[in-house]
Amino acid sequence: MSAKLPAEFADLEPFSDWCVDSEPQRYQKRMTSSMAQMQAFYDAITPRAEEAIAYCDKFPLDDLPEDVTNLMHLLYSMIMVSFPVERWKQPRVPDSGASSLDCVSEPVP
Amino acid sequence: MARFPKPPEGSWTQHYPQLGTGPVSYEDSISPEIYELERAAIFKRAWLNVGRVESIPRKGCYFTKQIKVANTSIIVVRNAEGRVNAFHNICRHRGNKLVWNDMPLEDTSGVCRQFTCKYHAWRYDLDGKLTHVQQESEFFDLDKNRYGLVPVYCDVWEGFIFVNFATQPEQSLREFLGPMITDMEGYPFGQMTSRWCYRSEVNANWKLYMDAFQEFYHAPVLHANQSPTMYSKAAAEAGFEAPHYRIDGPHRLVSTSGVRTWEMDADMRKPIEDICQSGLFGPWDKPDLGELPAGVNPARCDPWGLDSFQLFPNFVILIWGQGWYLTYHYWPTSYNTHVFEGTLYFPQPRTPRDRIAQELAAVTFKEYGLQDANTLEATQSMIESGAVREFLLNDQEILLRHLHKETASWIADYQRNTVGV
Repeated sequence: MSAKLPAEFADLEPFSDWCVDSEPQRYQKRMTSSMAQMQAFYDAITPRAEEAIAYCDKFPLDDLPEDVTNLMHLLYSMIMVSFPVERWKQPRVPDSGASSLDCVSEPVP
Repeated sequence: MARFPKPPEGSWTQHYPQLGTGPVSYEDSISPEIYELERAAIFKRAWLNVGRVESIPRKGCYFTKQIKVANTSIIVVRNAEGRVNAFHNICRHRGNKLVWNDMPLEDTSGVCRQFTCKYHAWRYDLDGKLTHVQQESEFFDLDKNRYGLVPVYCDVWEGFIFVNFATQPEQSLREFLGPMITDMEGYPFGQMTSRWCYRSEVNANWKLYMDAFQEFYHAPVLHANQSPTMYSKAAAEAGFEAPHYRIDGPHRLVSTSGVRTWEMDADMRKPIEDICQSGLFGPWDKPDLGELPAGVNPARCDPWGLDSFQLFPNFVILIWGQGWYLTYHYWPTSYNTHVFEGTLYFPQPRTPRDRIAQELAAVTFKEYGLQDANTLEATQSMIESGAVREFLLNDQEILLRHLHKETASWIADYQRNTVGV
């Protein structure tokens, strides 16, 4: 299987299913993941986050190579899972049972 | 003990004596009859924001918008001269909706040289003029000049596109906005092109959601679990106070002080905020926007949190001290339902690092918004029970008082002017 991420981040390759390119899909993945899965991803990526951001920063935002774009998407997913992991202890924000807020457009990348 | 000085009358509410200080009724949020009056008295008379010019950057760019409260769909288009036009989205031939994709009731957007009806290919130019009729000679005395698209009053202020469904608007857009709003002029709205749009269908009256976002008394309580315990505890003990409120005509403003979370102890922040250098208030690294217009940050707070401009009837421009802004629209669909739209606008990120800081602010916005939205159905259903008919509003909830009063006042004005007609 070919690598999705830059070689420097090969250790994050087991989590490359979190390279998801839109907010609705990232949110959906969060809703359907277990806390253990999200915790494992969070624990793996947060110590590497600063290096990953610095790596992405070597490229112009409007011309990112595919593997760097994947790394950006992985960082967006880190943000997405940080809420359940750091605060909620459940996928969904507490006290939000009946509400929804769909992201209908977002910047690319 | 007040942290910020209040007006000489002793409170913000008493500073506007027409508001009174007694309990208020929310009858206007549970009554189908009042909703029908609002449609005629407010949504067919006031200027309504339908978006920004950046979404139609070039000649021929258009979008459609279903506006159920006004019982129509409109086309908003940039014409050859660069002006923005609005039309009712209906073909003059036999009433087909002119511009739509697969689903007749869903909005669409695109770019075109002319509008062609799907049904019999009647064509209209970007100024609404009827330019082509299929088999024109089969018609009887057809003067194409008389069958252009039906225009809707449309005007643009600081890149915000407004429409008005009145036969003849009672005020120009600028008069309607008034000085409190027009004093925002010069804010670099047009430079904020990194945009997130959110939408939800809400089972509550449109004014109840406006109310939820026009007071911050709720913030330390409803959102307590959003922050580390250390921070939430401090916030709850302090409570919420705004340094400035203002009411001008039908519009309202609340301005708040800010926090420099990055100067606080690390246990006041979440780890992700340190990683991304960002949070609810926006990226810590504030863009240089130059000198701000006179009407922005009126209390001259430093640090400054935000200004929330509540434009009557259903539009909010909220400017954050950290150099970005967002808008809210509340589109009624019945007396106890509406569509909420929240749009976040940041400056174009210069680097991936900037972009990641924006991502955290946007995701945080949604987490808060979900909690805010969830109170609404709970409130709507219980107000409808009728078990309680009067509700207490404190001084930090002054803007709610004004919205409901203004709504009643537009209805009364409309009824006065239509008596006997």
